[in-house]
Amino acid sequence: MTYFPEEVVEHIFSFLPSHSDRNTVSLVCKVWFPKLRVLTVKGKPHFADFNLVPPDWGGYAAPWIEAAARGCVGLEELRMKRMVVSDEGLELLARSFPRFKALVLISCEGFSTEGLADIASHCKFLRELDLQENDVEDRGPRWLSCFPDSCTSLVSLNFACIKGEVDSASLERLVAKSPNLRSLRLNRAVSVDTLSKILMHTPNLEDLGTGNLTDEFQTESYLRLTNALEKCKMLKSLSGFWDASPVCVPFIYPLCHQLTGLNLSYTPTLDYSDLTRMISRCVKLQRLWVLDCISDKGLQVVASSCKDLQELRVFPSDFYVAGYSAVTEEGLVAISSGCPKLSSLLYFCHQMTNDALITIAKNCPNFIRFRLCILEPRKPDAMTNQPLDEGFGAIVRECKGLRRLSISGLLTDKVFMYIGKYAKHLEMLSIAFAGDSDDGMMHVLNGCKNLRKLEIRDSPFGDGALLGNVAKYETMRSLWMSSCNVTLKGCEILASKMPMLNVEIMNELDGSSEMEENPGDFSKVEKLYVYRTTAGARGDAPNFVKIL
Amino acid sequence: MSVETERSSTESSAASGLDFEDTALTLTLRLPGPVVSSSSSSSSSSPDLDRKRASSDAAADHSPLAAAAAAPPAPKARVVGWPPVRSYRKNALADVAGSSKAAKFVKVAVDGAPYLRKVDLEAYAGYDQLLRALQDKFFAHFTIRKFGDDERKLVDAVNGTEYVPTYEDKDGDWMLVGDVPWK
Repeated sequence: MTYFPEEVVEHIFSFLPSHSDRNTVSLVCKVWFPKLRVLTVKGKPHFADFNLVPPDWGGYAAPWIEAAARGCVGLEELRMKRMVVSDEGLELLARSFPRFKALVLISCEGFSTEGLADIASHCKFLRELDLQENDVEDRGPRWLSCFPDSCTSLVSLNFACIKGEVDSASLERLVAKSPNLRSLRLNRAVSVDTLSKILMHTPNLEDLGTGNLTDEFQTESYLRLTNALEKCKMLKSLSGFWDASPVCVPFIYPLCHQLTGLNLSYTPTLDYSDLTRMISRCVKLQRLWVLDCISDKGLQVVASSCKDLQELRVFPSDFYVAGYSAVTEEGLVAISSGCPKLSSLLYFCHQMTNDALITIAKNCPNFIRFRLCILEPRKPDAMTNQPLDEGFGAIVRECKGLRRLSISGLLTDKVFMYIGKYAKHLEMLSIAFAGDSDDGMMHVLNGCKNLRKLEIRDSPFGDGALLGNVAKYETMRSLWMSSCNVTLKGCEILASKMPMLNVEIMNELDGSSEMEENPGDFSKVEKLYVYRTTAGARGDAPNFVKIL
Repeated sequence: MSVETERSSTESSAASGLDFEDTALTLTLRLPGPVVSSSSSSSSSSPDLDRKRASSDAAADHSPLAAAAAAPPAPKARVVGWPPVRSYRKNALADVAGSSKAAKFVKVAVDGAPYLRKVDLEAYAGYDQLLRALQDKFFAHFTIRKFGDDERKLVDAVNGTEYVPTYEDKDGDWMLVGDVPWK
């Protein structure tokens, strides 16, 4: 690419229709790297979210920040997901990029509030500091006071995941001097009183994450809160509700009619009736995240009130494997019937039926994301005791735009036959405790033309499937297999056939010594992670990871 | 003016995520006057008491059926990373559970007030705090007046009449709030 004049390269790039393709290309092209303004990096495999990836596996942010500090000082935005970020890395970031505007960290770990203090202190034009569900070490509230008086550019501030206290006075001062604030998500430590005071300064606020809404208050505080909320005419999205007492909920009512987004999924203190009294007023709701204490009856209320619903997530409140959930297939059928615009679903429930799934598929052909988690692995149709192949088959057949699918319950190879046959736009598939034989995985690899990410756990797929279509992995972002039937030998064959893939195996139980055994070993590989690489094997792998 | 410990009759407790059935208290606030103890409670209290005494003598000897019914369900199997929920979420929900500690909600009614309020007994460390909370919730109705002997009483905001908080305990007897140690 360096042989061509820039105008020619730009002309070639102009044929790339999508943003993401252009971004990807610009990363690979060394000429373009110095001009990079926005960098998005994702580290660990998705199943790291569920503790399936051992700690210290990798995903370190430091090399990326160091390389950027050397090579593209014009960097303005850095977005990282599932990475290990250190305070030193944040300090380097804060000091290296004079035009830095936005830091978004999602599900990251390894840093503390001291690192945030550096960001606040040195990023003079900071517009966005968005910390989503990170594991942040609390080293005190100092960081919030570090924003200099000259910093008035904040548009988005999300510190909901910070566990410790914050200094209310600093917070109020910061908000008061940030006239452009559109999105503000507070943490649990922020009181109702502080929230009321802050809201007097944010007439343009569109998205609010509350602090705690506990019962220990004076009624006047809550009346002040209602008055303050009423000033936020642009407010469309609400979250937080930490420790929310049912008594506080009516004070939110005046806002409900204008809400398009509502996240109550961290509030187990609200029950079915509290939730439905609020949600039934949210007639414009497009996105709803709740806990399963809403129950099927509550979901019926959602279905009859929220006709514009596009995204629904119902999370479990009980984390035992076969735990009780007040939510079954009935709730989802009601939703599908009342909310035909539904396109994105994450649904934890304790049972499902084929009939329900078939009905849901007919009612909602617009699904783009369909993630169903039946809490008990391999649970059959609750009425017929049959596998749920036909139900999921209906989903992939009817929902022609489906891009992401997670399946659960009792499933045979047949469901994979349907997926391979119909899910032509599927990009990401998550499989757990499913299938009978290698045929299942083969159907997916051969049929899903747009597959980018495949993650499988506890399913009987072995070397035959792993090696059945090796060229496919070059078209994919990654493959994860854990507790399946692949062996060391199979992985070695894969690595030798496909040099442009990194084949990582992790066997923590055995320790590294057993991996030194002769290559003909047929011992099962506990965890396998395969991904494309242009740079060869990584150098930062810990000793429980073997790259073949 | 009696207050139930169950949630309002319009909801079934099975549907609600919170289980109040283990709270045995009902809380009542009434104007001074003879405390009307229902005849059923006084006549049935003796047999109740007798039964209670008998069972407490045999405390070691719980009927296994009763014990099984009272015990929480046996912990189910644990599979690593299942259900697929982020640690962040699990920890956040655990923190809430820790802080609210299976909250003991009781409904409170006041003579003459058209609405009931709900109070979480776990949120208060003693009777004083409870009184203050009740004052907040029913602020239109009464205030706290400090009496000579340093005792705090709920008093009608308008005419100064004293309110006497009472509650019905699990035996069905009406008790004065404050007689029994807080715990």
